[in-house]
Amino acid sequence: MALGSIKNLHREREAFLARALFGTFFCLVLTGILIARLFDLQVLQSEYFQTRANDNRMRVMPVAPVRGLIYDRHGALLAQNKPAFMLEVVPEQVENMDALLGQLSKVVQLTDQDISRFKDRVRKTPRYRPVPLRNNLTMEELARYELDRYAFRGADVSAGLTRNYPLGASGAHIVGYVGGISEKELSEAPENTYEGLSLVGKTGVEKSHEDTLRGKSGAKVIEANAYGRPLRELDYRRGYPGRNLYLSIDSKVQLVAEQALGELDGAVVAIDPRSGEVLALVSKPGFDPHLFIEGIDAKTYKALSGDPKRPLFNRALQGTYPPGSTVKPAMAIAGLEYGVVTPEDGVYCRGEMTLPGSSRKYRCHKRSGHGFQDMVGGVMRSCDIYFYELAIKLGIDRMHDSMTRLGLGHKTEVDLPLENAGLFPSREWKLRRRKEQWYPGETLSIGIGQGYTLTTPLQLAQMTARIAMRGKGFKPHVVYATQDAITREVTRVPTEPLEPIELKDNHNWQRVIDAMVDVAHAPGGTATRIGRDSPYRIAAKTGTAQVAAMRQDEKKARSLESTPLHLRDHALFVAFAPAEDPKIAVAVIAEHAGHGGAVAAPIGRQVMDMYLLGEVRYNPGAPAPAASVAPVAADGHVHSEDLED
Amino acid sequence: MIAEVIYRARRGGPDKPEPGMADLLESWHIDMWLLLLLATVAGAGMFVIYSASGHSIPAVVNQAERFLLGLFVMAVVAQAPPEFYRMMAPWLYGLTLLLLLLVEVIGDHAMGAQRWLDLGFIRFQPSELMKLAMPMTLAAFLHHRRLPPRPLTLLGALVILGVPTVLIMIQPDLGTSMLVIAAGGFTLFFAGLQWRWILGALAAVGAAAPILWERLHDYQRKRILTLLDPESDPLGAGYHITQSKIAIGSGGLFGKGWLEGTQAKLDFLPEAHTDFIFAVFAEELGMISVMVLLAIYLCIVGRCLWIAVRAQDSFQRLLAGALGMTFFIYVFINIGMVIGLLPVVGVPLPLFSFGGTSMVSLLAGFGMLMSIHTHRKLLAN
Repeated sequence: MALGSIKNLHREREAFLARALFGTFFCLVLTGILIARLFDLQVLQSEYFQTRANDNRMRVMPVAPVRGLIYDRHGALLAQNKPAFMLEVVPEQVENMDALLGQLSKVVQLTDQDISRFKDRVRKTPRYRPVPLRNNLTMEELARYELDRYAFRGADVSAGLTRNYPLGASGAHIVGYVGGISEKELSEAPENTYEGLSLVGKTGVEKSHEDTLRGKSGAKVIEANAYGRPLRELDYRRGYPGRNLYLSIDSKVQLVAEQALGELDGAVVAIDPRSGEVLALVSKPGFDPHLFIEGIDAKTYKALSGDPKRPLFNRALQGTYPPGSTVKPAMAIAGLEYGVVTPEDGVYCRGEMTLPGSSRKYRCHKRSGHGFQDMVGGVMRSCDIYFYELAIKLGIDRMHDSMTRLGLGHKTEVDLPLENAGLFPSREWKLRRRKEQWYPGETLSIGIGQGYTLTTPLQLAQMTARIAMRGKGFKPHVVYATQDAITREVTRVPTEPLEPIELKDNHNWQRVIDAMVDVAHAPGGTATRIGRDSPYRIAAKTGTAQVAAMRQDEKKARSLESTPLHLRDHALFVAFAPAEDPKIAVAVIAEHAGHGGAVAAPIGRQVMDMYLLGEVRYNPGAPAPAASVAPVAADGHVHSEDLED
Repeated sequence: MIAEVIYRARRGGPDKPEPGMADLLESWHIDMWLLLLLATVAGAGMFVIYSASGHSIPAVVNQAERFLLGLFVMAVVAQAPPEFYRMMAPWLYGLTLLLLLLVEVIGDHAMGAQRWLDLGFIRFQPSELMKLAMPMTLAAFLHHRRLPPRPLTLLGALVILGVPTVLIMIQPDLGTSMLVIAAGGFTLFFAGLQWRWILGALAAVGAAAPILWERLHDYQRKRILTLLDPESDPLGAGYHITQSKIAIGSGGLFGKGWLEGTQAKLDFLPEAHTDFIFAVFAEELGMISVMVLLAIYLCIVGRCLWIAVRAQDSFQRLLAGALGMTFFIYVFINIGMVIGLLPVVGVPLPLFSFGGTSMVSLLAGFGMLMSIHTHRKLLAN
């Protein structure tokens, strides 16, 4: 047609048809590729992508259970949950952490400890999880935060519950405290146990009854959009609140025991001998359990744990002390049981004695001697010579058997953590641990509760309770009942009877108890100052445990003032009352406080008064601190009958 | 009524069989089959837009308005005979080229590229116009020449193809320039371009790929790298592809149900009602429906090629064939990108995606196809 070429219209048409067919083929091949890929995505991998789509939209939000409350036996609150506002940060959403912390510190108070603890936790937590920065925001801080909240990307305030202990330091050693869950606690617990929870029991009942108190976490599955905003709830799994605990502790008795100890360090344990219920358990000095809830900072913790008075140490069941003369009633029972003495058999006390073939002198605490003492006198006046002779007659093996049956040297298995077993030595123990044989002189020391013997205040209370019950006994326990938080149904924790101690002659219990009653009520008894005005009859034994051994050349007892505090004797006291129908057994230890009869006995009396009478009738004035104790010691001698043991 | 009378007159009397709907429409220069297929796709698109836009009625109305405007343009375009477009082609080409140059000078910037021209009453992309002008001009250029094209002819064609492509590429708009090349390339292909030239050109592109790579913008390179391994950066560049694959794959054979797709509804899938609308469709309606949609698209392409085969001169054949194939390439590139076979380039799913000037220009193209088809019979008479 034009431009000098001849078009062959027919051939062009044929050629076009071929190309059109090829084009069709091309389209079909490409469509085939699309279909193959779609088949791969929508059929072969469909399940995988469905999972991915659900992972995108569904978030499982744990719903933390409410922790059980802790009450004392009369329903007074010992541990409760308090609403708290917590400032949390999700590290994943934060662009510049330091900048954010800087901004936040302008509206809420952030200490260096808060920040270092926070950074520590950030390292240990998955980045999409909120990390607490500050707990217990004040209303003012909350208001300041809310005003500017959009400036704090990645930070959020959540309302939750925190733990509160109305008794503060007074209950700290029984109730314990909760604290942030550690990596280790998390990995040791079954999976999902702590979903949504940030606190776990660290000591005391909070720890030993953690499983009861915790409850069961619930969960809700929510649908969230790409920006993480929750849109609707897809599923809800109910949790269950933790059970409430009723402790056998009587907080009035507890407070009296605490006040009676005053500034002294030591422990008081009171048990109901008829059931093993622990009525009071005090260890001093105490500490404020609230310090631990938010996660204690390193400095405060160092100060607490490095304190030479060891406030975190639960003396009542971790502390081990030589029992001193408080073992003497049990010694007397052993002597009668094995028939090595009769109640009338006596010993003449000259103030000291020696063993055959040795020049070593074994002294009585009364240097001038007690004169002739039978069993009652030995117990009542706490004559060491009587018990030296008794120890020689019994020998270490029988002493060990007898004392072990009364609970010394092994754990009472109370439902509190960290209990110490103490120690009651034996030949076998010495050979094994010290690689030495047993020397006869050691038997004498053990006979008056010195030497290797170590006991916890709880063991002493338990031993006293078993004597009071004439050999019957119950495992000591702190939790008396549990309660379902929803149905309010109360379940008693059953008492656990121990195998009773049967004596060949069960009258021997009464003989020793009578001697203990004389300690408090007969003239010459070492605890008559608390027995004189008592409206009920007390069976008691005082003790003064030596911390430093007396040198052989020391003729006279050292006065309290001249002894450095950490070498001064511990004052001990055990008792139960009423003697004819025991309802309470107590053990008191006042560290480095001097004489049991003067210092420890009044504390025990006040505790028993409170429990039995509902008020403290005994009033000697406040128990004197260690330094001003022992008014009779002006001349350096301790010789008052009243004070000694 | 009037049209029917004219039609009957042209057919030469009532002894012929009763005319059906198709014949009636044809007398108005509308091809019924194409119209039905296009309307089906656009209609289905509106349902998915409703779901993907978060139940937005205005979005659907907006889309419907755009579709009706496109249909109107299509009907108007179909009225003129193909010869008119052959005459107009060089003029349209020159005008579009001018507009492309204008964009370089005064164009609006959007998303780091200079694509838009604001003429006061309308904002549009001249590159969109070139998708139509290119096959028209090339077809017109080849119309009189001997086919298959001889080297000199080919050189002329390559100049016509090259100049606007370069202008679009430097905007930069890689996707559109590829489509313009495709439109021109298919025209040459249908003109009977020898296989040795075709294969040679493909080999040259392969050889030039590293050089082209160097010249790509960072975001363009990232898109291609992301395609190879979308999970390498699931929150960044790979996010689109990953979320899109999740949406499609989780739809399975039968889909989650209309309005029940979680990926779009919860904003995990970006651009859900525009470029990635296919993912929403696949998630909610499943693979069976996807196959039906692909079949409809293939029917449209098939109808275009059928029109091309029946066309009566080179210009009409080449234009119809190229428009049909380019339409298919749109579909392939969009779906290929959404299912993670091709890099993410901004190509909407034709007639289905929300918005864009592409709806009107596409339908204008179909108007020319209808013109080619319906004026054929008149010529035959």
